[in-house]
Amino acid sequence: MEAVLNLIIEKYNYWIYITLMMIGLYAMIAKNNLVKKIVGMNIFQTAVILFYVSTGVKKGATIPIIEHGHDVAHQAVRAADYINPLPHVLMLTAIVVSVATLGVALAIAIKVYHRYQTLEEDEILEQIREL
Amino acid sequence: MIWQLDLLILTLVVLCGIGAIMIRDLLGAAILFGAYSFMMCLLWAIMGAVDVAFTEASVGAGVSTVFFIAAVYHTTRRTKD
Repeated sequence: MEAVLNLIIEKYNYWIYITLMMIGLYAMIAKNNLVKKIVGMNIFQTAVILFYVSTGVKKGATIPIIEHGHDVAHQAVRAADYINPLPHVLMLTAIVVSVATLGVALAIAIKVYHRYQTLEEDEILEQIREL
Repeated sequence: MIWQLDLLILTLVVLCGIGAIMIRDLLGAAILFGAYSFMMCLLWAIMGAVDVAFTEASVGAGVSTVFFIAAVYHTTRRTKD
């Protein structure tokens, strides 16, 4: 019991990422409005990015910029002193991709609105069935 | 990483996320999503990912919010859920 409780308390940030991810998934599946679905998609994406960035955090480490950069040849660089920058670089790409998908999704939503005069999924499906 | 600040901002992130999908107004959802993105940016600055925080502040909180507001302006604010 205590081990389970410790697991929950020590890894509280991971539990909150899972909560955020499930909020996004719920919005994508259960919400009726297209813009709400797009908001849910973005929340899901940022939750995944947050998880990856948090894996690079180290206790007692500083931001990944080398100290004494000009005479670095004389001193050894200790990797334990710096936060792991690899997930940051990968997630930088993911943020840019998420903005691109957001732009395309909103453009399609605007097109759908101009054709059906509504953003609600059920009303759009009804109009498609009537045709 | 200061865990009190981390926990506080994580709570605010969850609240902004729930608010953004629950509010019955698309403009309000866009603004709350901008607040969510900015909280996320603060969270990354706390975690030491300053480059990601810069990108999120400009691209996530800036450009995404402008995209959402432009989309709402071109369509409608009305929503049923």
